[in-house]
Amino acid sequence: MDKKVKVYSTTTCPFCIRAKQFLKDNNIAFEDLDVGSNQVAAEEMIKKSGQMGVPVIDIDGEIIIGFDKDKIKQALEL
Amino acid sequence: MYDLIIIGAGPAGITASVYAARRRLNLLVITKDIGGQAAWSGDIENYTGYQFITGPELAGKFEEHMRKFNIPLKENERVTEIKKIKDYIWGESDKGSYEARAVIIASGKKTKELGVPGEKEFKNKGLTYCAICDGPLFADKEVAVIGGGNSALDAVLQLLTIAKHIYLINAAANLGAEAIMREQVEKNDKVTIMNNTQVKGIFGDSLVKGINISTGKEIKTLAVEGVFVEIGLVPNSEFVQDVQKNERGEIKINRSNETNIPGIFAAGDVTDVQEKQIIIAAGEGSKAALSAFKYLAKTG
Repeated sequence: MDKKVKVYSTTTCPFCIRAKQFLKDNNIAFEDLDVGSNQVAAEEMIKKSGQMGVPVIDIDGEIIIGFDKDKIKQALEL
Repeated sequence: MYDLIIIGAGPAGITASVYAARRRLNLLVITKDIGGQAAWSGDIENYTGYQFITGPELAGKFEEHMRKFNIPLKENERVTEIKKIKDYIWGESDKGSYEARAVIIASGKKTKELGVPGEKEFKNKGLTYCAICDGPLFADKEVAVIGGGNSALDAVLQLLTIAKHIYLINAAANLGAEAIMREQVEKNDKVTIMNNTQVKGIFGDSLVKGINISTGKEIKTLAVEGVFVEIGLVPNSEFVQDVQKNERGEIKINRSNETNIPGIFAAGDVTDVQEKQIIIAAGEGSKAALSAFKYLAKTG
């Protein structure tokens, strides 16, 4: 079964743009949460990751901070 | 043993790798990330061929160009030491050790840290070095921007539409930024400019609650939830001890991108090259690769 992927990001952050592009390039569907405009998502992100830096990627509960390609690949078994 | 190892994959390192690959050198690129500072840039309007392109887009184009040559690439890897041993260069990273006949250092620059208590502890917990990334998280909050140059004022301008109030904490007597930015900031009543003021510490619990500042005579606290550190850049040159550097830590090079050690070349923002621009870094990368190619032909 496909893993559930959530991306917490801001519209302006370069590495968020690249993280999302990376997921798209690998045909991974994800929920795109803009923590700049969505306060609930922002609080959820801070609670899950214990920090405020973006992007934060939640892959089936595994929290990856930053655009860490190796960790994303591992979590998605790419 | 490799012919050439390139350290860094920003505009300089990537351009060097393309030139070296076209000369069929036995090549390896070791880098922390791809795109370097270019990937963090906002809008770019002075890279010839693109009237307008964003930093991430240009970095993506660079990466695509490099990937076309199937250049062996170690990403997410940080070089910790390099030195010349006899006629080759030995290097170590956080993941392994390497040998090459020549090396191009193109490791760029990184943001300078304040060096005050609480800075490491609260990094990404309210303290950030990337206003463009994390700025939107501070909607309607009181924040402090540390610095007085162009990048600090750029952060202030970005935060004007987001934050509730901005304290600009500047260690110098005056703002050093361009007049056009200074005027925009000075006339805005959402901004309190505090010159001759130094940050002494960051405090909070799980997230930032405030900063301690000193005006010379007394130490005051300022309640803020966000701290944006924008005090300039330092070269990533600490892993190489033996090459000559200037007082800023930039690696000294000649017109052919040679350092004082034969076989070690350098290019881009990590060097003492006059201007730090994406297009200049790219050009310097190509020069360094061609010089390294000549060196390898001569010593092979």
